[in-house]
Amino acid sequence: MAMITADPKDVPQVASFAFTPENMEKVKGFIANYPPGRQASAVISVLDLAQRQQGWLPRVAMNEVARILDMAPIRVYEIATFYTMFQLKPKGKYLLQVCTTTPCWLRGSDAVMKACQHAADGETFSVQEVECLGGCVNAPVVQINDDFYEDLDEASMKKVLDAFKRGETPKPGPQVNRQTSAPEGGPTTLKGE
Amino acid sequence: MLADKDRIFTNLYGFESWSLEAARKRGAWDHTKAILDKGGDWIIDEMKKSGLRGRGGAGFPTGMKWSFMPKEVKDRPHYLVVNADESEPGTCKDRDILRHDPHLLVEGCLLAGFAMKAHAAYIYVRGEFYNEAQTLIAAVKEAREAGLIGDNACGSGWKFEVYVHRGAGAYICGEETALLESLEGKKGMPRLKPPFPAGAGLYGCPSTVNNVESIAVAPTILRRGAAWFAGFGRPNNTGTKLFCISGHVNKPCNVEEAMSIPLKELIEKHAGGVRGGWDNLLAVIPGGSSTPMLPKSICDTVLMDFDALKEHQTGLGTAAVIVMDKSTDIVKAIARLAYFYKHESCGQCTPCREGLGWVWRVMERMVTGDARIEEIDSLYDVTKQIEGHTICALADGAAWPVQGLIRHFRPEMERRIRARTEKLAAE
Repeated sequence: MAMITADPKDVPQVASFAFTPENMEKVKGFIANYPPGRQASAVISVLDLAQRQQGWLPRVAMNEVARILDMAPIRVYEIATFYTMFQLKPKGKYLLQVCTTTPCWLRGSDAVMKACQHAADGETFSVQEVECLGGCVNAPVVQINDDFYEDLDEASMKKVLDAFKRGETPKPGPQVNRQTSAPEGGPTTLKGE
Repeated sequence: MLADKDRIFTNLYGFESWSLEAARKRGAWDHTKAILDKGGDWIIDEMKKSGLRGRGGAGFPTGMKWSFMPKEVKDRPHYLVVNADESEPGTCKDRDILRHDPHLLVEGCLLAGFAMKAHAAYIYVRGEFYNEAQTLIAAVKEAREAGLIGDNACGSGWKFEVYVHRGAGAYICGEETALLESLEGKKGMPRLKPPFPAGAGLYGCPSTVNNVESIAVAPTILRRGAAWFAGFGRPNNTGTKLFCISGHVNKPCNVEEAMSIPLKELIEKHAGGVRGGWDNLLAVIPGGSSTPMLPKSICDTVLMDFDALKEHQTGLGTAAVIVMDKSTDIVKAIARLAYFYKHESCGQCTPCREGLGWVWRVMERMVTGDARIEEIDSLYDVTKQIEGHTICALADGAAWPVQGLIRHFRPEMERRIRARTEKLAAE
């Protein structure tokens, strides 16, 4: 359990927050997924959308989400502090979420973490240690914004980060010669024989 | 070895497209209406006969779970909820279903939902699986546009909708009642049971929560027959299963195999063997981080199924095999898991909130040997007091790996403590 405040002190002041008209349509779509009166079910999706629009989640955005979903603001703050994907402070352009849980650690996540920490400048790259990302057979795994980079070591991590620095988007997925979760070098099953 | 013709997830690795057209060529959505025409009771009965046990960790018989739903819909609608909050360390099988074979899941939702008289299914996908959720959303849209789900699903007259719901990072939401809380827009804090979800689940309505794999295998079982599925594995442990093999193997991978396959065969045949050879094996966590580890001596012969692993005081869990060779700092490996559970505790129950922090701090001292021998006993004792004294099983899952370490590697823990004491005395 982590102690997180919905009202961190050292963040930029954001005066107001409103969804763009395009995003407001998406909000309506999320709410429509649930029975009438159950719009609170959309809170995670709507907060996530606010975070995508703003880059992080300031208090005013949480308040706006509470207003739209007719929830008490405290209920929204609870959600924003309970779930680890909500960023309550501004982050770099690329958020490096490094998994260091045992399956990744066994395959060298310490070295991958070192490469990420070396690159972290708060502007282009921010780095976070996260718990199991659910890509264990492709360990070590780093999530960069929405994409998983897999089968990393220190050298390939550096290569990926250098590519981002040059403004490229390196190919997500395994950084070694394998197809998704199949064994390296080719599958032992489903070979069409 | 299981033959390819008997594999359910024929696009496990995504060599082909996930799309409806490609999925149909692989056999998905084939004669779904004919299955629906046989009726809900037939479906549940067939699932019972197949012997399928839940693939999310607990291993509860799936057909029986479905039969707990009220027989008739009264004042409240029924819901099917699919647990795709895959977060158990070592486990990454549902991800492959979501991104490579989503139509098997959507079809399974219809068949399961129809059998339990639900008109809606919610699939709760962990937030980190953003791309996987987008694929699933697109597959649901394809199925709806093709009339496979919707107002008249497959022409059966049954109205059925599938909704994809994204989480936002919380292991605890894999616990079924925490998942329901989260789905209702609250913090993911498990509910007291009873009432069980089949009585009062999502929005207080009768609900059944199933793992992705349990639902995605249903269409193939119903097409090919319960006897086909029950023909694999040992009695009470039937079927095929997705295994995730991670850690110190030459080629980590996911693979679908028959239940009850020997662990050694699984690792050597599909994962390229243990790094440095079988004799370099130290221990294996057989079913995801919550299941206690097994030392090499047991790994030599153990079968991968519910009953065989239970005999060795561990479990099949999610069938996520984490392999550790002799280079592993085994105490640190478990200390890292202790940190994971401390981090993921929802904080609702005192034994878990306070106990797991304590267990982690002591485990960190055990790594360096900064402890007294009798503290190993206190550690074991505390894990036993945590176990079974909380609302949900997260604390149990945190206690078991530490107990497994003490059970099998106590001499190593004592060695570290003695070494440090001697070193300090010499200085």
